[in-house]
Amino acid sequence: MDNNNLSILSRIKDSDIYYNFKKSPTAIVSSFILIIIFFCSFFVEIVTPYNPFDPSSLSLMEAFTPPSWTEDGMAKFILGTDGQGRDMLSTILYGSRISLIVGFSAILFSLILGVGLGLTAGYFGGKYEMLVMRLTDVQLTVPSILMALLVDGIARGIISREMHDDMAIYVLIFAIGISEWPQFARVSRAATLVEKNKDYVSASTIIGVSNLIIMFKHILPNILRPILVIGTIGLALAIIAESTLSFLGVGVPPTTPSLGTLIRLGNDFLFSGEWWITFFPAMFLVILAFSINLLGDWMRDTLNPRLKK
Amino acid sequence: MSFLKIHNLSVDYKMRKETVYAAKEVNIEVNKGEILGLVGESGSGKSTVGNAIIDLIDEPGKITNGSIMLGDIDLQTDTNNTVNYRGKKIGLIFQDPQTSLNPILTIGEQLIETIQTHLDLSKEQAKNKSISLLKEVGIKDAEKRFDNYPHQFSGGMRQRVVISLALCCEPELLIADEPTTALDVSIQSQILDLIKKLTRERNLAVILITHDMGVIAETSDRVAVMKNGNLIEIGATKKVLTDPKEIYTKSLVSSVPPTNKKISRFVIVEKENELNTKHNIKILNRWTKTEITDQNLVQVKNLSKSFEDNFFLENSKNSVMAVDNISFNIKEGEIFGLVGESGSGKSTIAKMIVNLFKPSSGEIFFDDICVTKIKKNKELMKFRRQIQMIFQDPYSSLNGRLKVKEIISEPIKLHNPKISKPDLDNYIFDLLESVELSQTSSDRYPHEFSGGQRQRISIARALATQPRLLICDEPTSALDVSIQAQILNLLKDLQEELNLTILFISHDLPVVRQMCNRIGVLKEGKLCEVSNTEELFLKPKDSYTKELLHLMPKIESIYK
Repeated sequence: MDNNNLSILSRIKDSDIYYNFKKSPTAIVSSFILIIIFFCSFFVEIVTPYNPFDPSSLSLMEAFTPPSWTEDGMAKFILGTDGQGRDMLSTILYGSRISLIVGFSAILFSLILGVGLGLTAGYFGGKYEMLVMRLTDVQLTVPSILMALLVDGIARGIISREMHDDMAIYVLIFAIGISEWPQFARVSRAATLVEKNKDYVSASTIIGVSNLIIMFKHILPNILRPILVIGTIGLALAIIAESTLSFLGVGVPPTTPSLGTLIRLGNDFLFSGEWWITFFPAMFLVILAFSINLLGDWMRDTLNPRLKK
Repeated sequence: MSFLKIHNLSVDYKMRKETVYAAKEVNIEVNKGEILGLVGESGSGKSTVGNAIIDLIDEPGKITNGSIMLGDIDLQTDTNNTVNYRGKKIGLIFQDPQTSLNPILTIGEQLIETIQTHLDLSKEQAKNKSISLLKEVGIKDAEKRFDNYPHQFSGGMRQRVVISLALCCEPELLIADEPTTALDVSIQSQILDLIKKLTRERNLAVILITHDMGVIAETSDRVAVMKNGNLIEIGATKKVLTDPKEIYTKSLVSSVPPTNKKISRFVIVEKENELNTKHNIKILNRWTKTEITDQNLVQVKNLSKSFEDNFFLENSKNSVMAVDNISFNIKEGEIFGLVGESGSGKSTIAKMIVNLFKPSSGEIFFDDICVTKIKKNKELMKFRRQIQMIFQDPYSSLNGRLKVKEIISEPIKLHNPKISKPDLDNYIFDLLESVELSQTSSDRYPHEFSGGQRQRISIARALATQPRLLICDEPTSALDVSIQAQILNLLKDLQEELNLTILFISHDLPVVRQMCNRIGVLKEGKLCEVSNTEELFLKPKDSYTKELLHLMPKIESIYK
């Protein structure tokens, strides 16, 4: 077993991806930023000294403290505090955890839905393929934010008011997930069409392997590369979509604010001079999305055999 | 003094893990009016030499040493001028006529563009010159076809256009890199004749890069043999091919399937110790041999297949008859060959026999069971294990994400789900050794193997279900000739020991002659002739068969 692990490690070290990674400063910097953000967000209780959601630790006297380097700043609040005296940095990290959870879950949901439909559509073809692909066409004509708003509106109609705050995060995941799947369906169908005509698929068919095993054991691992690339870029889109919805007030409730909620809350204070309450969550979101996109770009360049020199 | 002088040319490719020496101190001279054949297997550096002459070496390759003299110009030091010499003094013909012409420009525009880049001619003069060139390379109605786009030409015609492009600025040196590899036999001979004619008439110096010894024997005056970047042997074609000095050349020549006689096995010169010994076929113990009777194993009756290319109008007139009313039988224990050019429907027939395609009409019987009417899954599985297939492309026929042992164990486990782990491992090892691969191969991934080794893995996978019929669809077309000889030997051994019935599909007549007992000749979906191998080669009945036999490049032509 030990030997096996070692060989996997050495295979990674030996691979072209690792080699290209070492040669690309963009990839190194962006993944470094992402690792820090992910770590701080998921271990936020350990990283931050304050819990912004514990009312007993808040003091209204400390509300609207500007960042520490300005004239009125306090050293213990590096990025200042908001209208309720919550430490901005801690609040942002708590918020980014929610944004990341929603983003990852939504993209996972649309990955499973999209790849499942795209793979089967490409493999079986015929009327089923027609149906799936026209469905993606129809959905692509509706802007994804509008789609998510629609889902959210329907959910509000169905779910009772008391339940809604608890369910909000799941509704959000579903709303974003359902609006992103056509991308994955299209890409995985196109890749499946290429793979299914290769001889190794014919060979498996001739041996007598069932369609299900051919699709998931043989074809799926071979189409993962393009899916991984659009999945990464899709993650950034999902996080931005979450923030947009929360900014519009249809996302997660203000009691458990995500990055978008924070930007919306801070927006009210922007014209009274308390710029930091909206500026820092917004900057954080930009850096997060930008880093994911840069990493996705690098992955597309590296994993695309057609771009190889 | 010779016209082109390559002196001590070395080309290195600095890769991530190692430096590949694509050419090592190569010395070649070519005179005007002669064709020099540059022959070698894939990776031998023959194309590198061609590309070095016109300065087309791609990154990260670099010319590290040596000089290339064209007449009295040094192409190395005159780098500014290389661009001017390209096209003007040196013409180039590529392998694939499908991709070497720009599809959105008419051939006339492409010719005029090239001519006006290098020669000081008006558009009208350039057009006249182009038309006379097109006539020279044998394109009929040149005035009309001048305004056609590349897709309106057939493959052979397109290669003629490419040749006219290479010639349009009166070059003195012509480099042809596998000019006929993508073409069918009948067109190949026309293109080679054209190159020979042009060499004579225009007093060109020609470098013909190819892997095909038959082409070399029929066209070149002198030949240079390359291996791993080294120039092994150079001399008059007749001398090198009939009396090779180096062991490598000998093995290369002996690997070429002779066209004029049938031999029992190919001689593998490089493995001189094991010469002509059959290896141990370990799976024999597990094999339940079928007795060879004189019965038909496969009967194909009035088989047809048409491909509809219009989704909305199913009965459109555009449908192509890929296979048109074909009937033949394969006897138990024989090797039956299907020969034809590209598009003749040979692969379509194979795919219908293994039930990948449904025939449009007609029936296929396997052991008196009608294949096309199998409905039940259980019967289909029983049928599946009796027919297996080996594909042409060794790179796409193995799933690159699975280890070799997973690839081979899949059919075993599927047809024998109760097999124990040690038994399974032993079975895999036996299969691997039967195709002359080591046991350690089982833990590796397909990309770690060469094309020939991959084809062995394919064979092992196909044998895992103990089939009665093995369909080989161009099993060696993607391989080098020495590897081809080894794979063909292996297939012959397996067939003899295991009493396999083989359907052998190929476009390569000499190979078919070595392998098959009976042969069917296909043309455009129709079966022209079925007869015993020797009868077909010695006394062909059909006119198309006669034409094919006449046109195939023969290595023996060197003795004439």
